[in-house]
Amino acid sequence: MGKKFTAQNYKQAVKPYQPKPNLLINCLKAFVVGGLICVFGQLLMDFYMNVFDFSKKDAANPTASTLILISSLLTGFGVYDKLGQFAGAGSAVPITGFANAITSAALEHRSEGLVLGVGSNMFKLAGSVIVFGTVSAYIVGIIRLLITQ
Amino acid sequence: MIYVWAFVVGGAICVIGQLLLDIAKLTPGHVLSSFVVIGAILDGFNIYDKLIEFAGAGATVPITSFGHSLLHGAMEQASTDDHGVVGLAIGIFQLTSAGIASAILFGFLVAVFFKPKG
Repeated sequence: MGKKFTAQNYKQAVKPYQPKPNLLINCLKAFVVGGLICVFGQLLMDFYMNVFDFSKKDAANPTASTLILISSLLTGFGVYDKLGQFAGAGSAVPITGFANAITSAALEHRSEGLVLGVGSNMFKLAGSVIVFGTVSAYIVGIIRLLITQ
Repeated sequence: MIYVWAFVVGGAICVIGQLLLDIAKLTPGHVLSSFVVIGAILDGFNIYDKLIEFAGAGATVPITSFGHSLLHGAMEQASTDDHGVVGLAIGIFQLTSAGIASAILFGFLVAVFFKPKG
């Protein structure tokens, strides 16, 4: 054990002991679960369009809210994290994964209190999505304004 | 038919995410952030709207649509009034506010009423 680990050779040294991800199976799981979440979203969208007379464009709002509500509740019951272990990106990439990131961060820090725990840690994981989304949308928006003028 | 395309397109976007996780070894945070940026860029070229027209919820449910909606709200506001860059700031959260507001509200309520599970 005399050999010292540096940041470089550590990655090499642990490589044989890491489980090899089964790429095909993982992708298949992600495809099916992600696809099913989107089909469920489409069902909700059609429901809001037909029953509550939302326009096609506006129906995306209540659909997202409903998916977020379901995902937050499933996170509270501990179900969504199990789904995440199974499906990987299939449950992380849909909007439900965004809600899961917010709710699980809030739950995790619940013991530190409502203000310092829940309030300040809620966006610990999901914050970067909002930050990079806003910055990139702003930059692309300015470019488009410059081009169209 | 829209259900088939929603399944295929939504599933395919998730597979791209899974490949980034497994092959490029990105963290989920990096994958989601990249997806939002890609969504905004695709909307900049008016491509994302066509994808939504084609795949419905298959394009609006994945997180890429968050970037698309951010830019879309900003551009709508900036092009209808004459405030230019200020219009971008006024409109940027217009379409996404329902999603962000409900994520904060439900996340908070769940944290208050549920106990964390291992």
